[in-house]
Amino acid sequence: MKVLVPVKRVVDANVKVRVNADNTDVDTANLKMAINPFCEIAVEEAVRLKEAGVVSEIVVVTVGPKAAQEQLRTAMALGADRGIHIETEEALVPLSIAKLLNAVQEKEQAQLIILGKQTIDGDNNQTGQMLAALANMPQATFASEVKVEGDCLAVTREVDGGLQSISIPLPAVVTVDLRLNVPRYAKLPNIMKAKRKPLETLAIDDLGVSLKQHQTVLKVTPPAKRKAGVMVASVAELADKLKNEAKVI
Amino acid sequence: MAILVLAEHDNASLKLDTAKVVACAQAIGGDVDVLIAGDECAAVVDAAKLLSGVRHVLVAQSAQYANGFADNVAQLILDLADDYEHILAAATSQGKDTLPRVSALLDVAQLSEVVEVVSSDTFVRPIYAGNALATVQSHDAKKVLTVRTSAFDAVSNDGAADVVIIDKVFDSVTQFVSQSLSKSERPELGAASVVVSGGRGLGNGENFAILEKLADKLGGALGASRAAVDAGFVSNDLQVGQTGKIVAPDLYIAVGISGAIQHLAGMKDSKVIVAINKDPEAPIFQIADYGLEADLFDAVPELTDLL
Repeated sequence: MKVLVPVKRVVDANVKVRVNADNTDVDTANLKMAINPFCEIAVEEAVRLKEAGVVSEIVVVTVGPKAAQEQLRTAMALGADRGIHIETEEALVPLSIAKLLNAVQEKEQAQLIILGKQTIDGDNNQTGQMLAALANMPQATFASEVKVEGDCLAVTREVDGGLQSISIPLPAVVTVDLRLNVPRYAKLPNIMKAKRKPLETLAIDDLGVSLKQHQTVLKVTPPAKRKAGVMVASVAELADKLKNEAKVI
Repeated sequence: MAILVLAEHDNASLKLDTAKVVACAQAIGGDVDVLIAGDECAAVVDAAKLLSGVRHVLVAQSAQYANGFADNVAQLILDLADDYEHILAAATSQGKDTLPRVSALLDVAQLSEVVEVVSSDTFVRPIYAGNALATVQSHDAKKVLTVRTSAFDAVSNDGAADVVIIDKVFDSVTQFVSQSLSKSERPELGAASVVVSGGRGLGNGENFAILEKLADKLGGALGASRAAVDAGFVSNDLQVGQTGKIVAPDLYIAVGISGAIQHLAGMKDSKVIVAINKDPEAPIFQIADYGLEADLFDAVPELTDLL
C-alpha cells in the first residue's frame, strides 16, 4: 500500500528563538532549519513499514517556501520514494495545510497517512486530526506503536493516564509521538541518491483549494522574565528558604 | 452567545481540568454549557452540575461514547454547534484529539493551548515551546479553542446546573482494544501544588524512590524529564515538557534535570522553582528561584529529612 507522509521545515529543535524587535513574529532569519522532529519519526515509521514489506511506496509532501525542498530531500534520503512540494511563502494555519494535504490525498489515494503529532514551531497539534476529518478517515493520534493487521491498523496511543490500544479500519490517519521509534541518520550515498528522486512542485492554485484568512496574529511577545534566582549553599539553607522566604511548604 | 465546554472525565469522575476550562469560558463571557459524552457516568454528571456558573449539563450516554473517541464525539459536538459561538476543551490528550476534528468539520481554525483571554475573539497562546506568546484574533464565526488548564484557576463547586439529555448517538469506527493506566496514590501531575521531577541524573528507575519519598512528604506529584522517560526509568505519562504535561504548581523541584528548552516549556510557569544539580552550568539554574549545586543522592534524602 501507499503511505503519505506530510513533513514540515521548522527552526531546529535546539535553537532558542527570540521575538523580533517590533513584536510581530519570532526572528527566524539565519537560524538553522531542520525537518520537524515528529515528522522525522513519521518518515522513519513509513520506512520501517516499507522494510517490513507492508508498504510499497512512500510519498512525502510539504507545504512551505522553496527552501522546504531541503526537508523533502532529507526525507527521501531517509527512504521516501518521491516528494511533493506545495510552494507558498505564506504562513498558513493548520486547517489550510490540512485542506492542501487533503487535495494531495485525493489524487494519491494513500491507504495510510502518517504525520507528526505537532510541529515544534506552532505547537498546534491539529493538522493530522483536521486532515482525518476532511478526508473522512478515522484517526489514531499520539501513536507509540503501529501495526498493520489486514484491513485494520492496531495502534498504541500515549494518553494522559498511560497507554491505550485501539484498532481502526484503513484508510486512516496516524499522528506519531516521540516514543514510536528512533529515526535513523541519512547516509551519504542515500543523500546523493535522494537528489535524483522525483520531486513535484505545485502551487496552491494547482490543487483547486480555496483558502480563507481565519485569523490575524496581533503581536508576538517574549514570555515574562522570571526574577533572578539565588544559589543556596546547603540543603539546610534551601529548606529554610522554602519554609520561611518562599513559604511554599 | 453561548459557550460549549467538552467535559474531561473517565466515566467515573470529572477531572479538575473541566472546572478550569469553565473558568476560561467565564473569562470569555456568555452562557456556559458542559457536554458530557460517556457511558454510565452518573457520578460525572452529578459533579458537573455543581460547577459554578454552568447553565446546562448536556449528557450524551452510550457505549459508543464510553472511550471518548474523536471520530464520533466530534460528530456529536458538530451536531450541537449551531447554538454556540465558542467550543472549548482542555488541552489534554482527549481535547487535543477531538477538537481539531470539530474545527475542520466546521471549517474554522482552532486556537490551541490558550493561556489568556483578551476578548471574545482574541486569545494568547504560546508558540515555539513557550519561548514566545502570540496574541491571535480569530475571524471565524465560531471559535474552537483548547485551553491550557495550568493557566486558569478552577471554578468553585457551588453551582446548580440543570441536566439536558442528548439521545442522539453517533457510532465510532474506532475499536477499543485495551489500556494500561498508571496507578498512583499521589495527586495527579497536572493538578498537584507540588511537583518533584527527576531526570537522567537519577541513573535508574529504582533511584526514583528517593524522589517518591520527597514527593510524599510534600504531598506532591512525581514528574520526569524526557531523558528519564526514554531511558525507561518511569512511564511516559509522567513526562513534563513541550510534548508531555504542562504544569504550573506552587513548587517545582527539578532533580538531576539539565533544563533543555523542551523541558522548560512544561514547567517554567511554576511559582517557585528549585533545582538540584551537580553541574553548576546546567541551564535549569537560569530559571530556578533556588539552586543547589550538590549530588542529588546526598541532597534529596537530607532535604526529605529536614522538611
